[in-house]
Amino acid sequence: MAEPYKIVIGLEVHVQLLTKTKLFCSCPNKFGLPPNSAVCPVCLGLPGSLPVMNRQAFDLALKAALALNCQIASHADQKPGFTKWDRKNYYYPDLPKNYQISQYDLPFSHDGFLDINVHPDPKKGYTAKKVGIIRAHLEEDAGKNIHDESGRGGDTRVDLNRTGTPLLEIVSHPDMNSPEEAIAYLEEIRLMLRELGVSDCEMQEGSLRCDANVNVHIPKADEPKGYAATPLVEIKNLNSFRSVGRAITYEAKRQYEQFQKDPVGYRIDKLLKTTAGWDDPRGRTEVQRHKEEAADYRYFPEPDLVPVIVTKEQLDAVKATMGELPQAQRQRLQTQYGLSPSDAEVFVAKGRKTVAYLEEVAKIVGDGKAAANRISDLVFPALNERKEEIDEFPVTAAAYADFVKQTGSLNKQDRVDVFKIVLEKGVSVEDAKTAAGIKAVDESALRESAKAAIAANAKAVADFKAGKDSAKMAIVGFVMKNNKGAPNDVVRKLVDEELAKV
Amino acid sequence: MSLTEKTAAELLALQAAGKASAVEITDAFLASIADRDQKVQAFMHVEGANAKAVAAVIDAKRKSGAKLGALAGVPIAIKDVLCTKGIPTTCSSKILEGFVPPYDATVVARLKAADAILIGKTNMDEFAMGSSTENSAYKTTRNPWDPERIPGGSSGGSAAAVAACLAPVSLGTDTGGSIRQPASLCGIVGIKPTYGRVSRYGMIAFASSLDQIGPFTHDVYDNALLMEIISGFDPHDATSVNQPVPAYTKTLNDKVEGLRIGVPKEFFGEGLDSEVEAAIRTALKEYEKLGAKLIDVSLPHSSYAVSVYYIVATAEASSNLARFDGMHYGHRTKQKADLIGTYAKSRGEAFGKEVQRRIMLGTYALSSGYKDAYYLKALKVRRLIKNDFDAAFEKCDVIMGPTAPTAAFKKGEKSDNPLAMYLSDIYTISCNLAGIAGLSIPCGFTKTNLPIGLQLLSPPFDEERMLRVARMYEAATDWHTKRPTV
Repeated sequence: MAEPYKIVIGLEVHVQLLTKTKLFCSCPNKFGLPPNSAVCPVCLGLPGSLPVMNRQAFDLALKAALALNCQIASHADQKPGFTKWDRKNYYYPDLPKNYQISQYDLPFSHDGFLDINVHPDPKKGYTAKKVGIIRAHLEEDAGKNIHDESGRGGDTRVDLNRTGTPLLEIVSHPDMNSPEEAIAYLEEIRLMLRELGVSDCEMQEGSLRCDANVNVHIPKADEPKGYAATPLVEIKNLNSFRSVGRAITYEAKRQYEQFQKDPVGYRIDKLLKTTAGWDDPRGRTEVQRHKEEAADYRYFPEPDLVPVIVTKEQLDAVKATMGELPQAQRQRLQTQYGLSPSDAEVFVAKGRKTVAYLEEVAKIVGDGKAAANRISDLVFPALNERKEEIDEFPVTAAAYADFVKQTGSLNKQDRVDVFKIVLEKGVSVEDAKTAAGIKAVDESALRESAKAAIAANAKAVADFKAGKDSAKMAIVGFVMKNNKGAPNDVVRKLVDEELAKV
Repeated sequence: MSLTEKTAAELLALQAAGKASAVEITDAFLASIADRDQKVQAFMHVEGANAKAVAAVIDAKRKSGAKLGALAGVPIAIKDVLCTKGIPTTCSSKILEGFVPPYDATVVARLKAADAILIGKTNMDEFAMGSSTENSAYKTTRNPWDPERIPGGSSGGSAAAVAACLAPVSLGTDTGGSIRQPASLCGIVGIKPTYGRVSRYGMIAFASSLDQIGPFTHDVYDNALLMEIISGFDPHDATSVNQPVPAYTKTLNDKVEGLRIGVPKEFFGEGLDSEVEAAIRTALKEYEKLGAKLIDVSLPHSSYAVSVYYIVATAEASSNLARFDGMHYGHRTKQKADLIGTYAKSRGEAFGKEVQRRIMLGTYALSSGYKDAYYLKALKVRRLIKNDFDAAFEKCDVIMGPTAPTAAFKKGEKSDNPLAMYLSDIYTISCNLAGIAGLSIPCGFTKTNLPIGLQLLSPPFDEERMLRVARMYEAATDWHTKRPTV
């Protein structure tokens, strides 16, 4: 802990579900349509309209909750699997009913956890961390108020296309203690929900939104708990993972400084939670709202909907469609294919299709680690350059495995050249090699060249024999100079063998 | 007997026999409205030309031999709480002035599919909050039996329209008695179906967990006929129940053997008018003559029903009515104000006093610090009220008593005393809280010639038997044939 305080972070994440239609009506759930074109009496909240639950949304939400290791509607004094809808009452023009259908005291899922890997940067190594999930519940999204930002005080316009979009709210315990942990948590949720087809988690489009609850603990020996805690601040308006990290860092420091100025009054037990907005261009949080008292949403059971009972059969059906989750996949790639933790991280982060590609190459090549290296070397840069997804890539896993086998003896530059030809011309590896001017290796000629090199470099040989390993490289370099394009590993092997004979 | 005094069944028969056309029938009722509604004030909106056009289409269909719906050529009036596509729907509130729904309520769509002719929208207590129709922001409907008196409420316009022969049948809604009480006060038949029997889609909600739509008719047969049309599961209403709809009209005249009638002592206590009580006792004797057995039952928690109702219903209403805020449709204040000010002024200007009172009551009951003591406690007592009925129905097939404690009261008599007004629903409210079915049929008149209604209450989804029980009495009496002189 570089700072003289401990940061405490809890995240509230909202993700829009990838359903065909909205949560309570049959309007399309689609981003980017002309304003107020995907609406009907139900999502407009017209008088007399009634909501009807979208089962697909509920199943997607169940999938997410199971992936978050949550209990499914296991509430005291209720039947197993019993969950219900509630109304959250508040007035705002983007909420046409002036209440949001949400879940209050009996959410469909609760008490889960998510394992995350912090610092997914090989240089820093990994720290495994378990983040507790308080609850995940379903609710309907609101529309959007579009304010006049010209400064001329024009009317605010309301777009209700988003109204009624299914939204999953995931509330974590305050288990994260650094911006990196917060970002790792978000990245893991995004990866998992994308791979499960639950959400596309595009923060720019608002299909993933995050509010951060932040305060700091300042160690103090004379405090009953051994530290003093600052009041909670909920940071909103975070529109990228990067801004989540920056906002947390800024806010923690600000709270610490505020505490230094007012160590008696600026404490969690003296002040209620406040809401702050993150101003990204200015790089600072700005208090939006001082909550004099907790907002009273007057929750009560939604009388227009019936409670939902989740049965074991329904849960089993959802489980059957989940597949392998990222954390399990990382473990398996390490144990089954001998991948390093960082390679496993990289492949899993690219998604299930990339992992499948790797596994197919690994099986054919018979060496998982080599397959991972070769894919990282050539396939990933090519995908980047061509702006393609792995399933659009013209070189199939089987073809790439063949390429790996046939180019094992080439040096790196030659491999790059050959692959480029394979990719651009669509020719066989053999033809690409010829086109690249790479001749088949004549091992006996190379051996002669190695012998000649040993004879011509008596000092290096002597140094090597005296225990200076690096002297060998001079001899290898000598051979390479005289045999352009020769495979480095073959040359090394031959030099080793000939040196042993000296 | 003029066309307008006839029942729907009679109008159907006349058309089938070629003795009247849909156009003639529609013209007759439109003429009746033109002639009498200035006295009754039942209608918010009359569909003149459109109704005639629909009638002409139905006549042409009949002529061509095409299959006709079960209510072909029968005009119907609709309470203005039900959404009608392209026709103004106000809930008799200023806040919905100018609101024209882009869709039909499911019941309206079903009636149209049955070839009924929508003849107009009827007056009501604003947002169905009231028992006299005096809370309408537009007009005060009169009781056709005595213009100095109210027709009951909140569906007073729909009840008065049928009683005054301005429409042969109509639809109302019942949240705490708003069909049965005006049916009783206007001398006609009105049913509050089991919660979930009729789709609420397109009914502008007052209290979602209590609201049901039901028909007003001159007699039980017409009621059974309308129930066949409007009942049944609706994929647009999650609280509608997927249970087959019996052919109510087919079994209507089947005698109910060994009928056991539960008579709760709680329905004959203080506040019950002696003339009303006498009429109910006479009706019960008539049932005994018809072979029924009277059984004493008790509904011990019914004394809490009014209190529970005014917490649960107002709590839900405070949320249901939040959408009327001047932002997206309906009345918006002309005064310049910020967002909160616009909300407050729009709502303050356009909601009537009773609506404001109930929104405040409900908001209070749900507020943190009070929710446990009021709303959540009310839900528990609601469960006890339901349990009372379950226990009573172990011993009897149907419960009977007065629909309302008095016959129609005078205009203005209770408008300054909300509590006295609330008590006029004392016998009807527990039925909604329990989610069971209830019905009011005419069973006599006071000395001053005001109708009295007998209330029947039945277990959930037992409308078929309840209608038969009602029909037994109707067949032995002639109260349902009386028409007022307007």
